[in-house]
Amino acid sequence: MIPAEFDYVAPSTVEEAVRTLSSAGEDAKVLAGGQSLLPVLRMRLADPSLVVDLGKVAEMRGIREEGDELVIGAMTSHHDVLRDDLVSEHAGLIALTTRTVADPQVRHRGTFGGSITHADPAGDLLAPVLAMDAEMVVAGPSGRRNIAAREFFVDYFTTAIEPDEILVEVRLPKYTGWSAHYEKFNRVAQAWSVVGVATTVLVEGGKIARARVGLTNMGATPIRAEGVEQALLGAAPTEEAIRQAAARATEGTSAGSDANADVDYREHLAEVLTGRALATAASS
Amino acid sequence: MPRITVDVDGTTYTDEVQPRTLLVQYLREQLGKVGTVVGCDTSNCGACTVHLDGQSVKSCSVLAVQADGHEVTTVEALSQEGRLHPLQRAFHDNHALQCGFCTPGMIMQALDLLAENPEPDDEQIREGLEGNLCRCTGYQNIVRAVRDASEQMRPGAGPAMEHSGETPAPRASSEQADARVTGGQ
Amino acid sequence: MTATPVSPSEPELGRARKRKEDARLVTGRTRWTDNMSPPGTVHLAVLRSPVAHARISSIDTSEARRMSGVHAVVTGADIAQRQGSLPCAWPVTEDMKAPDAPSMAVDSVNFAGEAVAMVAARSAAEARDALDAIDVDYEDLDVVLDIESAARDGSPLVHEELGTNRNATWTFDSVEAGTGGDVEQALRDAEVRVDRTFRQQRLIPAFMEPRSVLVDPTGEQYTVWSATQVPHILRTMIAMTLGTPEHKVRVIAPDVGGGFGGKLQVTPEEMLTFLMAEQLGRPVKWTESRSETMISGHHGRDQVQRLSLAARADGTVTGLKVDLLADMGAYLRLVSPGVPILGALMFNSIYKFDAYRFTCTNVFTNKTPTDAYRGAGRPEATFAIERMMDELAAELDMDPMEVRRRNWISHEEFPFDTIAGLTYDSGNYEAATDRAMEMFGYQQLRDEQVQRRQRGDTVQLGIGISTFTEMCGLAPSRVLGSLSYGAGGWEHSQVRVLPTGKVEVVTGTSPHGQSHVTAWSQIVSDRLGVPFEDIEVLHGDTQSSPRGLDTYGSRSLAVGGIAAVQASDKVVDKAGKIAAHMLECSEQDLDFAEGRFAVRGTDKGVGITDVALAAFTAHDLPEGVEPNLDAEASYDPENFSFPHGTHLCAAEVDTETGGVRIRSYVCVDDVGSVVNPLIVEGQVHGGLAQGIAQALYEEAIHDEDGTLTTATFADYLVPSTMDLPEFRTDRTETEATSNPLGVKGVGEAGTIASTPAVVNAVVDAIRHYGVTDVRMPCSPQRVWRALSEARSSSATEAESGGGLGSSDSDGGFATGGDR
Repeated sequence: MIPAEFDYVAPSTVEEAVRTLSSAGEDAKVLAGGQSLLPVLRMRLADPSLVVDLGKVAEMRGIREEGDELVIGAMTSHHDVLRDDLVSEHAGLIALTTRTVADPQVRHRGTFGGSITHADPAGDLLAPVLAMDAEMVVAGPSGRRNIAAREFFVDYFTTAIEPDEILVEVRLPKYTGWSAHYEKFNRVAQAWSVVGVATTVLVEGGKIARARVGLTNMGATPIRAEGVEQALLGAAPTEEAIRQAAARATEGTSAGSDANADVDYREHLAEVLTGRALATAASS
Repeated sequence: MPRITVDVDGTTYTDEVQPRTLLVQYLREQLGKVGTVVGCDTSNCGACTVHLDGQSVKSCSVLAVQADGHEVTTVEALSQEGRLHPLQRAFHDNHALQCGFCTPGMIMQALDLLAENPEPDDEQIREGLEGNLCRCTGYQNIVRAVRDASEQMRPGAGPAMEHSGETPAPRASSEQADARVTGGQ
Repeated sequence: MTATPVSPSEPELGRARKRKEDARLVTGRTRWTDNMSPPGTVHLAVLRSPVAHARISSIDTSEARRMSGVHAVVTGADIAQRQGSLPCAWPVTEDMKAPDAPSMAVDSVNFAGEAVAMVAARSAAEARDALDAIDVDYEDLDVVLDIESAARDGSPLVHEELGTNRNATWTFDSVEAGTGGDVEQALRDAEVRVDRTFRQQRLIPAFMEPRSVLVDPTGEQYTVWSATQVPHILRTMIAMTLGTPEHKVRVIAPDVGGGFGGKLQVTPEEMLTFLMAEQLGRPVKWTESRSETMISGHHGRDQVQRLSLAARADGTVTGLKVDLLADMGAYLRLVSPGVPILGALMFNSIYKFDAYRFTCTNVFTNKTPTDAYRGAGRPEATFAIERMMDELAAELDMDPMEVRRRNWISHEEFPFDTIAGLTYDSGNYEAATDRAMEMFGYQQLRDEQVQRRQRGDTVQLGIGISTFTEMCGLAPSRVLGSLSYGAGGWEHSQVRVLPTGKVEVVTGTSPHGQSHVTAWSQIVSDRLGVPFEDIEVLHGDTQSSPRGLDTYGSRSLAVGGIAAVQASDKVVDKAGKIAAHMLECSEQDLDFAEGRFAVRGTDKGVGITDVALAAFTAHDLPEGVEPNLDAEASYDPENFSFPHGTHLCAAEVDTETGGVRIRSYVCVDDVGSVVNPLIVEGQVHGGLAQGIAQALYEEAIHDEDGTLTTATFADYLVPSTMDLPEFRTDRTETEATSNPLGVKGVGEAGTIASTPAVVNAVVDAIRHYGVTDVRMPCSPQRVWRALSEARSSSATEAESGGGLGSSDSDGGFATGGDR
């Protein structure tokens, strides 16, 4: 219930935050919305000597357009993402998925960037970010660098961010006019996803012109279902076409077993839910 | 230790706190605001829900230092001059509580929900309360109570409110229509 | 339902009074134990074993003792002589094997979560910090987890000194009891025989308020505040366990945030907090985290149930044999061994069986102890028999409600002596069922089910039935005595009319959400003719309420409420004497109604308020009448009460994912006369939620090392608003004949009845694929696996000839996977 003692700083700029982290070494934790970190600290599953709170870094909050890209500040709350018109228009999949994240109170505090850097493979926002070919803008002592989503998620709870770096913002290509769906399957409303399927498709002339599919909790990282994407290209979104595409959902996955699902069931779910996600997205 | 200044239920407090002190611990242990309770370690149960600058948060998942310079509203601020807030009244009228432990958090989250959506249907009420666990009621009467309160709190619902005995007339409807309803803060 | 205003002369009984309790609770003006900190309070934290079974080779507390703010660090060895053994009040058999149950482990730990050391410090944070500095060396022992292998000879032992993992074996046989025939004969003669094994998973009560104990030793008495259901039992047990004289202990259960049996316990932490307060001479408070609750508070259920049912081809059941294994966990707590025995009397439920045999073996494992959880034994029994009735119907291709009708006790047959030796006083199963079937739209749903099956819909529909009864109102003391229980089942009340005519009602029951203050006010208001508002109900403090046996087993109204009735009636008797004296008439000439004594045939009379003032001034009382208007009563019930009802569940099963959605849930309960329909409905709703949660969501899971892997609300799936349906409820009323109010009790009904209704619905939805069972909780994976296995076996086997009778005995749990 009570975290171990730590020191606390709340820098007001990205540069200050990075400097603080650099000097703190690996024993510091970055606090974004705190909705995952605080329970971890309370259960004493982590014991950092320093907590660096990004809550006062104003430039990391907010959503803007830059040409063909939508830029979501890492410290933008889920609640603000949900209410943002730009997100609805250009990244419908993000909006739909964010609706399923946790509960209203947690969405008030929890942040877009925090969820992504936490890198829990059962976290819902990872698969959309991967499927949409997002780029993560990361700031470190030697400046900023962009990391493609494909390179970003490394392992369970592990990303390509170095200990002295922070995620500043996420840049998404615009998916204007694409339809989308996030199919989440969990035991109770509060539970983590057993499996989730994030999909966004562009239907042109009655055919699927482009398709993006990402899977939640089908491996140590979110998984891009490329086989499904390829199978859909140029197809009319018929039940049969979707079924055939969904049958490739488990290619490249490495699902684990837990109390909710063994590997075979999880793989089965991935196929079923992929079919459902595609059917819903293609018809919306 | 960091020094913080927080407005809680209309009173300003300046205190030194350990960085690790959770907002809910600060409220309960340093300020004596024990109306807000703790039910879990993992931010699942929602019993500790308060409003931070008008938005519902789980005060077990916010550090007290993070509340520095902000306003906190707890269930203790809702009834004024001995009169129950319409939501409190509705929980009473609809038998929406038994042991009452989840009730402060449930009411504070219901307030947030009605501020976001003043006329929710049952499904929207259930979605809005999904982060608050209750072990006694099976939720049905809580959903009824929130629906009831939403009707009482709507602009123009004033006269109906006056008919329910000791219930106060609601705050002016204009105030309710656009304000985030946080107990008049 | 929303309460409606009523005229003052309308009786209080039956009125939907809004609760007196609410005003404080909705405003945050509460007195949870953790809210209180007398000056100088020291905070206690408990170090718990991370391993399930080990010898403690050493504990090093030296660093912890030196830490800032630490007053004391205490290990089991430090208090080995002082702490005594935690009580088990229910030695079910004379040769029951019971281990010593120290509050803090001394030499060995027997479950992960057992206390091994404690720290008292200035702040809760400092106490918690110091736990991390305590170094314990464990020498691992074999971990005993599986109940069935634990029960076998040759299993590694939880308690070496007992020489066995078997705590006790308890049997009931209708031949020995003289209540019926020989079940083995019935099984041999059966035209149909159904054998099934069911698993009652382990559950966690998950009350919302974590437990908290505060002990203040600075007065003449030790004052103990505890989040408990049982302040009176706790006081006596502190005295008996620690040897502290009982009159030096006062126990207060202030506001208590739910219990559901989980706070029907005398806990290690209560004793440890007491001992620390004794040692330090200042107030000590312990408040647990949720994870501590989950691993160390007692769990519930956890049985393996083997049943054999004999029937005739027309569906008439002729015998039932029940063979249980019940997991006690590592120690016996207050009533652990008796919980399955409470079910022994209920397996026959509302039915007329000719022969019955029940055997239960209680088994120790290296897991958290089990004890009462809402229903305690009766949900397990009800689940098993209601699943069996559905299985019998399936064997015979009969409608499951028709099978029940064929076997239940008809309303003309009450009072009815059951095969289990109980006498059911009243009931009307037909009426409740007819009403439920009508509300549910049974036939329409059956029609839809057929259509979905014919269409081969992805989502199939199932209908589940549970026609249940339970025994409430624990309990007639003589019955408890015959079951070897360590106490009686009476309840106590005092009614005091104050000089101004206001009334205090003292009750020995101890509410923690059940609305006793409101209900008892209604009861006494009618009895005394005093306004509802003018009555205060005092409870939960052994000083203000010196006698009582607390709240559990749906006993409060049916036992404690009747004590309040009797005390009220004594007050009226006494007031009548004074009134007659004041009115200069004979007592026989007085009528008492609505708070007023009237001289029959005249307009003369006096109100009870004036009588109270006369008793107070005592200027002119009749001979031999003491100067007060108080009375008390202890009531020991003659019989249990037997609520019943019909619950119907329609569940949709997604055959692709295994997901289950409850589409509609209807229940019609008969809880006898109703004091307050608002409260009754609330109790039913909450009970349904917990019963449904057992069917679909909740399960305490241990890994192979004995670590509880569901130790937070992130893993133990308590349903939220989004996971439960809207319930449709109604009531029928047949009065209990065993008490003057005609009440039966309602606290556990919903929980007991709903679990089999839901599981029957799930199985019914997919039975046509060959599924005959899904183990609880019916998780999507289990449903999907049951379907997969049934489909693959039906693909390889020729279609069954549908011979009468079936058994799962060779396959263990018929279907459903192992998790």
